[in-house]
Amino acid sequence: MKTDSDIVHKFYRDMLLIRRFEEKCVEMYSREKIRGFLHLYIGEEAIGVGVMHALAPDDAVLATYREHGQALARGVHPNRIMAEMYGKLEGCSRGRGGSMHIFDAEKRFYGGSAIVAGALPVAVGMALADKMMKRNRVTVCFFGDGAAAEGEFHESLNLAALWHLPILFICENNLYAMGTAIEFSHSETNLAKKASCYRIESHQVDGMDVEAVAEASESAVEKIRDGAGPIFLECLTYRFRAHSMFDAELYRSKSEVDEWKKRDPLLVLQQRYPSINIEKYEHEITITIDEALNFAENGTLEPRDDLTKFVYTQGGVQ
Amino acid sequence: MSTVITYREAIRQAIREAMEKDERVFLMGEDVGRYGGSFAVSMGLLKQFGNERIIDTPLSESAFTGAGIGAALNGMRPIVEIMTVNFSLLALDQIMNNAATLLHMSGGQFNVPLVIRMTTGGGKQLAAQHSHSLEGWFAHIPGLKVLTPATVQDAYDMVGLALADPDPVLIFENSLLYNAKGDLDTASTPLAIGKAKVHREGKEISILSYGISVFKALEAADILASEGIDAEVIDLRSLRPLDDETIMATVRKTHRVMIVDEGWKSGSISAEIMARINEQAFFELDAPMGRVCSAEVPFPYAKHLEDAALPQPDKIVAMAKKLMEES
Repeated sequence: MKTDSDIVHKFYRDMLLIRRFEEKCVEMYSREKIRGFLHLYIGEEAIGVGVMHALAPDDAVLATYREHGQALARGVHPNRIMAEMYGKLEGCSRGRGGSMHIFDAEKRFYGGSAIVAGALPVAVGMALADKMMKRNRVTVCFFGDGAAAEGEFHESLNLAALWHLPILFICENNLYAMGTAIEFSHSETNLAKKASCYRIESHQVDGMDVEAVAEASESAVEKIRDGAGPIFLECLTYRFRAHSMFDAELYRSKSEVDEWKKRDPLLVLQQRYPSINIEKYEHEITITIDEALNFAENGTLEPRDDLTKFVYTQGGVQ
Repeated sequence: MSTVITYREAIRQAIREAMEKDERVFLMGEDVGRYGGSFAVSMGLLKQFGNERIIDTPLSESAFTGAGIGAALNGMRPIVEIMTVNFSLLALDQIMNNAATLLHMSGGQFNVPLVIRMTTGGGKQLAAQHSHSLEGWFAHIPGLKVLTPATVQDAYDMVGLALADPDPVLIFENSLLYNAKGDLDTASTPLAIGKAKVHREGKEISILSYGISVFKALEAADILASEGIDAEVIDLRSLRPLDDETIMATVRKTHRVMIVDEGWKSGSISAEIMARINEQAFFELDAPMGRVCSAEVPFPYAKHLEDAALPQPDKIVAMAKKLMEES
């Protein structure tokens, strides 16, 4: 990839924003400002940042319950994400979604789905609509290795290939479906191989290397726009933190985690480009996150009387 | 302007007209194209609209229902056909966790203008995986609308009503009704979603039902009339929302109520209606409410057993007489 240094610096900054944002979420969780489930993207930042780099504003993104990183990388405002986790009206889903259900129509960010593999069929439909209306858009769907064991994964890949849809499947293989290691879930642990059985162009990518992810995504998106049909990228990665705040991590060793931390996507990029001005970005990001916290703290609560709003479209038949 | 056509033709005509009017409307499901529809509803539409708008899907209920949701989110007006309600359980994740929740979960940003049609009901000796009436289950779910056309007019009207609605609408077609003939007036104004209809006026007892049971209730009402009992028959038309106003009005008029439903009793829509009457019109009742529902068994194959499992006019008559005898 022809990396111009501005892009590298932006990659670093975007990944650092996610890292620090997530760390702040943990802190606010322990202070009980954030409740419910909280799934952190720490360790996997290179994927969200690399993939979003390849997209245009009118492409669509569907993600999972571990989606703060993708949302930030897509440009959803940190203030609105933090406010969402605070359950505030100013949150991107008015506090009705929480950590797992970040939505932003303006950024064409369609969630935030917390049913494993549940977004894949929806992504297929979005891509189908674009194809039918002859819009040159790409739909990107993120999911994990766990999703590849679900029926919806297989049904969706089949449909996407059968109908030759403009869709980019991003499998974030972090080796664990919650606490179950991939070798206990999959008879074939090479997930790209599974996708290729559906005659989908599939690649394994180093998910700890933002440049590798960006390059693979750019190439995939370009092909998809040119009518290549769906493409599947299996991004090999690792989650440095527990699955959620309720996970005691009994299923993996500290040494395994430490081994992967040597491939920290921030570290990898920084070692490759020593000129990255970390201090400057740390400083900027501290300000951004402080602002997000302030915004969330000062947000308002939606009136209880509005509880049943948005069950049906206002003005529609109730 | 009224013509006599079948329930099947009425649905087909409504789909055809919608597709002619609006390029965003398309039909997708198992065997809807080349086969002509497993119940022949879509026969001929492939020829008229081509395979880009009449889309045969593989046997992937979850994926093609979810694809309907995605297409709806992305500007289309899809009609998804699921062969039977029993198969819809394979798509329940998409219907419940996505179609019904996205608008609310996104704080009002993403509505899902999706129509899902499926067949329901027993009576064709198709046994325990093709005969159930599960529309009441779907009526449990906030975010969905559940329509149950009984007449040819409603079979036609409800396709248009559902397509015009900004939210997911499920239409349950009893497969025994497809060959039924009735009047269709395409120029009449459709009765809105959520409105029940009085099919037969009566003064002494109200029989509430929907779908094919409406006709069994009407048959029972004729028998009751010959025996001097004046029954009112209400077609609920929509199980979600329920038309509380029309339901309570008939309770206040006749003071005796029974419900006929092919669903099972336990945890059912009939139980819900009774509970609402209890909450809203208890003191209007002159007798305990009654129900004729399907027997609490997975549906049997043998005809005599299936007939015994289903609501039948004689059971409705017997229940009505029993309620009339209550002081």
